[in-house]
Amino acid sequence: MASPPEDSIRFLLDGQLQEVHGLPATTTLLEYLREHAQRTGSKEGCAEGDCGACTVVLGERCGGTLRYRAINSCIRFLPTIDGKELVTVESLQAPDGSLHPVQQAMVDCHGSQCGFCTPGFVMSLFAQYLQQASADRAAVVDALSGNLCRCTGYRPIIEAGCRMHEYAAPTHWSRAELQNPQRLADLEALQREQALRLPGFIAPRNLKELAQARLEAPEALLLAGGTDIGLWVTKLLRTLPALIYLGEVAELQQIEQDAGFLRIGAAVSLSDAWAAIVAAHPALTELAQRFASPPVRNSGTLGGNLANGSPIGDAMPPLMALGARIVLQCGEQQRELALEDFYLDYQKKDLQRGEFLAYVRVPLQAPAAFACYKLSKRFDQDISAVCAAFALQLENGLVREARIAYGGMAAIPARARQTEAALRGQPWNEATLAQAMQALAQDFKPLSDMRASAAYRLRGAQNLLRRFYLHSLPDAPALRVTALEN
Amino acid sequence: MAGSAAPSRSAQAGESLRHESAHLHVSGRAAYADDIPLPAGSLHAAFGLSRIAHGRIKSLDLSAVRAAPGVVAVVTAADVPGENNYGGIVHDDPIFAGQQVEYHGQPLFAVAAMSYGAARRAVALAKIDYEELPALLDIRSALAAESYVIPSQRLQRGEPQAVLASAPQRLSGTVVMGGQDHFYLEGQIAVAIPQEDGALLIHSSTQHPTEVQHMVAHAMALHAHDVTVQCRRMGGGFGGKESQPALIAAAAAILARKTGRAVKLRLDRDADMVMTGKRHDFLADYEVGFDAQGRILALRLMLASRCGYSADLSGPVNDRAICHIDNAYFLEHVELVSHRCKTHTVSNTAFRGFGGPQGMMVIEGIVDDIARTLKADPLDVRRVNYYGIGERDVTPYGQVVEDNVLHTISDQLEASSDYRARRAAIAAFNAQSPVIKKGIALTPVKFGISFNATIYNQAGALLQVYNDGTVLLNHGGTEMGQGLYTKVLQVVATELGLPRAAIRVSATDTSKVPNTSATAASSGSDLNGKAAQAAAQTIRQRLIDFACAQYQLAPEQIRFADGQVQLGERGISFAELVRAAYHARISLSATGFYRTPKIHWDKATLTGRPFYYFAYGAAVAEVAIDTLSGELQILAVDILHDVGKSLNPVLDIGQIEGGFLQGAGWLTCEELWWNARGELKTHAPSTYKIPTARDWPARFRVSLLQDEPNREDTIYRSKAVGEPPLMLGMAVFHAARDACAAARGGDGLSHLQAPATAEAILRAIGGLEPLA
Repeated sequence: MASPPEDSIRFLLDGQLQEVHGLPATTTLLEYLREHAQRTGSKEGCAEGDCGACTVVLGERCGGTLRYRAINSCIRFLPTIDGKELVTVESLQAPDGSLHPVQQAMVDCHGSQCGFCTPGFVMSLFAQYLQQASADRAAVVDALSGNLCRCTGYRPIIEAGCRMHEYAAPTHWSRAELQNPQRLADLEALQREQALRLPGFIAPRNLKELAQARLEAPEALLLAGGTDIGLWVTKLLRTLPALIYLGEVAELQQIEQDAGFLRIGAAVSLSDAWAAIVAAHPALTELAQRFASPPVRNSGTLGGNLANGSPIGDAMPPLMALGARIVLQCGEQQRELALEDFYLDYQKKDLQRGEFLAYVRVPLQAPAAFACYKLSKRFDQDISAVCAAFALQLENGLVREARIAYGGMAAIPARARQTEAALRGQPWNEATLAQAMQALAQDFKPLSDMRASAAYRLRGAQNLLRRFYLHSLPDAPALRVTALEN
Repeated sequence: MAGSAAPSRSAQAGESLRHESAHLHVSGRAAYADDIPLPAGSLHAAFGLSRIAHGRIKSLDLSAVRAAPGVVAVVTAADVPGENNYGGIVHDDPIFAGQQVEYHGQPLFAVAAMSYGAARRAVALAKIDYEELPALLDIRSALAAESYVIPSQRLQRGEPQAVLASAPQRLSGTVVMGGQDHFYLEGQIAVAIPQEDGALLIHSSTQHPTEVQHMVAHAMALHAHDVTVQCRRMGGGFGGKESQPALIAAAAAILARKTGRAVKLRLDRDADMVMTGKRHDFLADYEVGFDAQGRILALRLMLASRCGYSADLSGPVNDRAICHIDNAYFLEHVELVSHRCKTHTVSNTAFRGFGGPQGMMVIEGIVDDIARTLKADPLDVRRVNYYGIGERDVTPYGQVVEDNVLHTISDQLEASSDYRARRAAIAAFNAQSPVIKKGIALTPVKFGISFNATIYNQAGALLQVYNDGTVLLNHGGTEMGQGLYTKVLQVVATELGLPRAAIRVSATDTSKVPNTSATAASSGSDLNGKAAQAAAQTIRQRLIDFACAQYQLAPEQIRFADGQVQLGERGISFAELVRAAYHARISLSATGFYRTPKIHWDKATLTGRPFYYFAYGAAVAEVAIDTLSGELQILAVDILHDVGKSLNPVLDIGQIEGGFLQGAGWLTCEELWWNARGELKTHAPSTYKIPTARDWPARFRVSLLQDEPNREDTIYRSKAVGEPPLMLGMAVFHAARDACAAARGGDGLSHLQAPATAEAILRAIGGLEPLA
């Protein structure tokens, strides 16, 4: 193939090269599919990445093989799939009309009723099917946490997910596709040597190009996974400034270890970032699993979550408690600061004109006692009312050091300084705990909103500290309803 | 593994046939209204909404809207050619508000533009000057102001006051429950396509094509025969597409008339949730007298619901609440006052169960309070109050409960779920678990089947047999996922002895079957199954008459099975017989009609036999709560449900499981939250949380009650299954109540109110006050 033109979006769809010209850069992938490609199988249920009816699968090269992941097409901008392979629900049926095992399992298990959410479930299961040779109930439930169904009660869909691997490998879209040399070659041929440039959109290829683009257009908007910015378009109907897309910046896709830290590039997906963080800090397993949903984690980035700086972002409390740092870059200059120092006030950050967040550095060393808890109306895929992280260094029964951070309690995610002070140097016992819980009421004056009242937030925050204390006891009682399944 | 229907597959009633569209659903080929290709030049529409809850519009300046890029037309109340109303019962629902604004999110105008985005961006440009007035936002405020959408109702039987005064024990309290958004995955949508000579074709996602037809005709000053409404399928309905679609279709039609072009009006999720009605939230103040066993001797009750700004279906919803205040229990002396409160919020509407769930939640709350007062197992108090068989069997509205299987179901479920042993195990667990507490509950369901309004209990079908032996079936019911088309197909397959592939069900269409009722009140297969059966029997009889004459046979020598017709000793294919009949000029199309027998209802006295029969069920739920956070987990569920003789067991189980979780969602994680200005702040899935896959318990058992065919002559002795299972979700709420009671030390009442969010649970156990 000839070198791709700079001004058209190119991707694979059903093995065919698609070239798209002339659509606004903020055209969503779903809009493209439904309005321009006559593929109406993917549905709009919410246009905010919360219901999963629009789920499609994106394929890309990863090492020497292909990797396929579910994403929400409703909030993903079309130019960000340049150089990738797109798989939609219409792609799965074999040319002879036979259904894919995922589809057949859904039919056989009676997994559809009204059918509107079904294409999205099929695609979430399809991604799971390609990536894992078998699936148990827990894995299926995790894979489906970004898909809402209002009809079935989910039981038959979970069953389909558990049974889909029992079917004979299909002639079309079997797991062997992960090694398909032709696909790899086709995708390789789509890779660019020059940045993709569209009106109002540029996708720098490396850090240098990014820094340059940022300096040239400090008013431009940095776009990573778009799992928040997408909603500015679909829900707030904003006209966006020019976009600088981080997803093609090679250096920012890397996770590396350096001097006791994990260094995570700002364009690393939440899925990959959490996998690396959880490997170092297993205490964050639950939070990582409850962080949005797989399709959102596959598009969204850790850097985006931190740079966005929402008071209810779930990455900040645990990373603050761990002592994470961020690296900001402007031109060729880099500076580093503690994550908590980045947040100045509501939607106000220590970020200079022309500067961007390049890396997150997460300490590898685990504190002696460390936990992170989240309170929300629903266990899966919900925004926190309160998110709390606790890291203690204990020495001979005394608290030597305490780092405690909360989300949902103030205009920014923040350390609980007075609570920490109430603990520091004190014996780790019930009396100290009581002091610390009271101090928390000095640290925060939370708001009431649709997620929780101020009273619940504060009491919940206090009780999470108690949970952490009880959990640290040698004869801790049962503390989690989720651990009681049987 | 073929992707389409296997041609030889039998499709008899009673078989677990898969959903007729399953292969289309999974491959993205099932077309919903938004997927229908539009004619060239079609426009896209959006509503402009009120930004205040109550007030007067001083000025509505739409010049910037008209000037916005891509805008083709803007319409307001002044542009409605006919009646500016879509209220089906009381004409108090303007399509576009005029001077008076009565809820935040009320439609004021609509725009048609070249694209969906252009229309949505344009409506935001309106400059509106309001004079704000004080707003009534909740039930208590409306009660205090005596603000009602329709007059209150009162039902009395026996001597409640006197019996209450002499009862050994008395208790008073309040039961409160929240509303619920339908959250059908497919939002409201209509496409209006102008036809020749002023006629209109409407594609509507609706449970009630006939009402859409009539409301559009009224709004357009047209006649019913000028408007055709079609609906092949909905992406979920749950009652939310009974009265609400008329608004969407009417606005699309008005814009289509104005522009002469096809107009699609699809609500985005936020507009859908802000603009359209929900399940009514209710409260009840009660006073109950009972004996030492917990048997209710007398009950006085004030029931009030939030109807919103207009009547919509609130009258029938509240009537059904009255008719389900008994649930499974005999209430000998009862006085009930029902207020239908008018508030400055969206007009609440039908939602699966239609007031029944709310009525039943009230009595279940009262029974639970009695049990906890007596320190008795709530199941024992429930059972002592169950309707008797041949005695204590008359409902407060005067209907005799003739088909009571409550005792059978409860006996079987109590044993199969091991309820008593588990209760003991839970008590032991709770005794040694300071933070996590478990709870368990068995709650029964008795749900009346038929529309309370007798008139709606009728249905029609149109059956066409082509001379190749294939059958096209149309009926007045709509497909919203429940499998109605599949079940009715099975009825026709059974009557004509045909395989599934021989029958196609076409989109519901007002030009094929007129004057249909809403697909609602769980009645879809009862009504349309019987109507289709009648049509099929007409055809079959004609074929039998023809064959008797043609082949000199007696009727009993002719049998229809497996796509064949047995004619005495020899068999021919159904297609051959049909061709022969065609050549003999026999009519091969027939209509079928059905009206439910035995029912009657006196609206004035609230007495009669509103229900042809009752559907029953019961659920046992076991939950755990976290007394630090209030978090709730469903641990296990056992369900035994009565569908009579099932038309299709897998579809019925699908309705039971889905209904159960939807009911559990209503009573746990689903919370509607308005701010002080009357703005709904939970208007998208990011803020309004329906259950996810994780909320389906790992331990569950769902069974159909066996060997209990419907005692009434319903279609093959089956029972309706759409709504009743929703109320099985009450078991989850009552298990949570049980756990809260344990957390409070096991004495006194559980103060938990619905929905049982983490916050509500923490409040109920007295753990919400922050430590200062």
